[in-house]
Amino acid sequence: MLTRGQRRTIALIVGLPLLLQVLFVWLPAIASIGLSFTDWNGVGGLGAIHVVGLENYANLATVDPAFWPAVFHNLVWLFVFLVVVMPLGMFLAVLLDRQLRGGWLYESALYLPLVLSFAVIGLIWELQYSPSDGLINGVLGTNHQGAIIDWLGDRRLNLGAVIVAAGWRHVGYVTLLYLAGLKTVDPTLREQAAIDGATEAQAFWRVVFPILRPINVVVVVITTIEALRAFDVVYVINRGLNGLELMSVLVVNNLLGEASRIGYGSAAATLLLVASIVPIAIFVRWALGREAP
Amino acid sequence: MTSRPGRPRRGRVALHLFLAVVALLWLLPVAWAVYTSFRPYADTAARGYVSAPGALTLANYANAWTDAELPRFFLNTALVVIPAVVLVLVLASMVAFGISRLSGRLNLALLIVFAAGSLLPPQVLVIPLFRLFLALPLPAPLSDNGLLYDQLAGLVVINVAFQLGFCTFVLSNYLRTVPGELVEAAVIDGASLLRALWAVVVPISRPAIAALAALQTTWIYNDYLWGLVLMRTGDKRPITSALNGLRGEYFTDTNLLAAASILVALPTLVVFLVARRQLRRGLTLGAVRG
Repeated sequence: MLTRGQRRTIALIVGLPLLLQVLFVWLPAIASIGLSFTDWNGVGGLGAIHVVGLENYANLATVDPAFWPAVFHNLVWLFVFLVVVMPLGMFLAVLLDRQLRGGWLYESALYLPLVLSFAVIGLIWELQYSPSDGLINGVLGTNHQGAIIDWLGDRRLNLGAVIVAAGWRHVGYVTLLYLAGLKTVDPTLREQAAIDGATEAQAFWRVVFPILRPINVVVVVITTIEALRAFDVVYVINRGLNGLELMSVLVVNNLLGEASRIGYGSAAATLLLVASIVPIAIFVRWALGREAP
Repeated sequence: MTSRPGRPRRGRVALHLFLAVVALLWLLPVAWAVYTSFRPYADTAARGYVSAPGALTLANYANAWTDAELPRFFLNTALVVIPAVVLVLVLASMVAFGISRLSGRLNLALLIVFAAGSLLPPQVLVIPLFRLFLALPLPAPLSDNGLLYDQLAGLVVINVAFQLGFCTFVLSNYLRTVPGELVEAAVIDGASLLRALWAVVVPISRPAIAALAALQTTWIYNDYLWGLVLMRTGDKRPITSALNGLRGEYFTDTNLLAAASILVALPTLVVFLVARRQLRRGLTLGAVRG
C-alpha cells in the first residue's frame, strides 16, 4: 500500500511529464479534429472561427488536385514497404541469423542508413539520381542531352525513386527487428525439424515463422506508421509537389503556404490521424495486452 | 548451426558472397557521396562524375563549412539536442518508475497515453502546435520574443514532449524485466520514492538509458519537421532543418552538396560507430521482449 507521501510523490513525478505530453501531443492532436470542421485561417483569434461542417473534407475530395494523388502515393508507399521492403528485410535477417564470421560487418552496412536523417537521405539520393551529375545516369550512359532520365523530376518516375531511397533506410530496421526476434527462437526446434527431414525452407515456414508472429505484428505496425509519416525526404527533394504529393505534405503546405489554411489543413491531418489509429491500436494492444508473450 | 558434410561449405561461400554484394550495394550511395565530395568541381566538369579522379581535395568541405556558416547551425543543433536528450531521459525515468508503483488499471491507462502518443505521425499535431507555440509565453533568457515560437527552447520542449512516450514505454518495459526485490527493499526500507528512483531504479536501468540516449541523440539531431515549422528565422534553425534553405543559397554545385551532406551526416555516423550496440538495443527494446 502506498503512503500519503508516496502517493504525492507519484502524482508529481508522473503528473508533470503527463501534463507536458497532454499539452503538446494529445491536445494538439484532438484540436486538429476540432479545427477540421472550421474555416479558420489563423487571422482574428479564436473568435473568428466559423464552423463549416464537412466542407473542408468535401473540398479535399472534390476540389483539391493534390488530394487523391497524395492518398494514392501514401498507399503505393505502404504497399511497396509491406510487399517488397519487409520481405527483403526478413530474408536478410534469416541469412544473417546463421552466425557467419564477419556477419556484423554485413549487418552494419544495412544499419548505417538508419542513423541518417531523411533530410540527408534526400540529399544523398539526389547525388545518385541527378540528371547530369548522378551515379545512376552516369552508369547507364543517360547523362547527356537527349538521353537524360530525370529520376526525381519526371512525375512517372519520382515516386518510385523516392521510395527506393526510403526503402534503403527501412530495410535495415526490418532486418534488425527480425534478427532480434530470431534470437529468441529456440535452436533445438530447428534442429528437431531438420532431424524430421524438413528442408531449411520448410523448417522456416512451419517452425520459425509462426514463432515470429509477435515480431511480424511489430514490423507491420512500424512499417505502416513509417509510410504514413513519410515527409522529410520528399520535402527536401521538391517540397512534395509534382508527383511527390503525400498526406503529410498536404498538412504542412496548407499551414506554411501564403494563406495559412488552418481548418483545411487540419482536415488533412485528421484523415492522417484516422489512418494511423488502426496500426497504433494494434501496437498498443499487442504491447500492453495481457495475452502478449 | 548444424553442419552437414559436403553441401554447407559451398553454401556458406555463396551466402558470404551474396551478403557481401548486398552490403556493398547498401554502402554505395554514401560511398558515392563521399567520393563526389572529395573531387574538385573542375575535375568532375572535365571528366564527368563517373570517372577516375584527376585530383582529390578537401576544399569542398572547407567551402561548405565557411560559406554556409555551418558552425552556427551545428551550435543551434547542440543547444536543442543536449538539453532535450537529458530532459527526456530524466522525465521518462520518473514516469516509468512512477507508473510501475501504480496498480494495474491506472498503470495500463497511463502507459497507453504515453506509448500511443509517440506513435502518432507528427503532422497530425503540427497545425494546432504551431498556433499553441504562437500563444504560449516564454520568459526572457529562454526566448527573445516572449514566445515558444521561433525559439530553440521551443524545439527542446516539443522534442522532449514528442519523444517522451517512446522513452517511457521502453523504460517501463525494461523495468518489468528487472527483479523487483531491489526496488521493493529500498521502498520498504523507508527511503522516499525519489531516493529509490535515483539510487536504485536509475542505476538498474542504465543499459536501457544508455540505449535511449544514443537513439534519442540521433533522432532529435535528425528532426526536420519541428525545426522547419516551429522556427521562422532561418539562422536559428538546427542544421537538419536548415538544409533546405542552405542548399539553394550555398551548396550550388554537386560536389559542394555532397560535402555538405557528409558533414551533416557525420555526427550521427560517429554515434553509429561509437554506440552501435546501444542503438541496436534501443531500437529493439521497444519492440521485442527479452
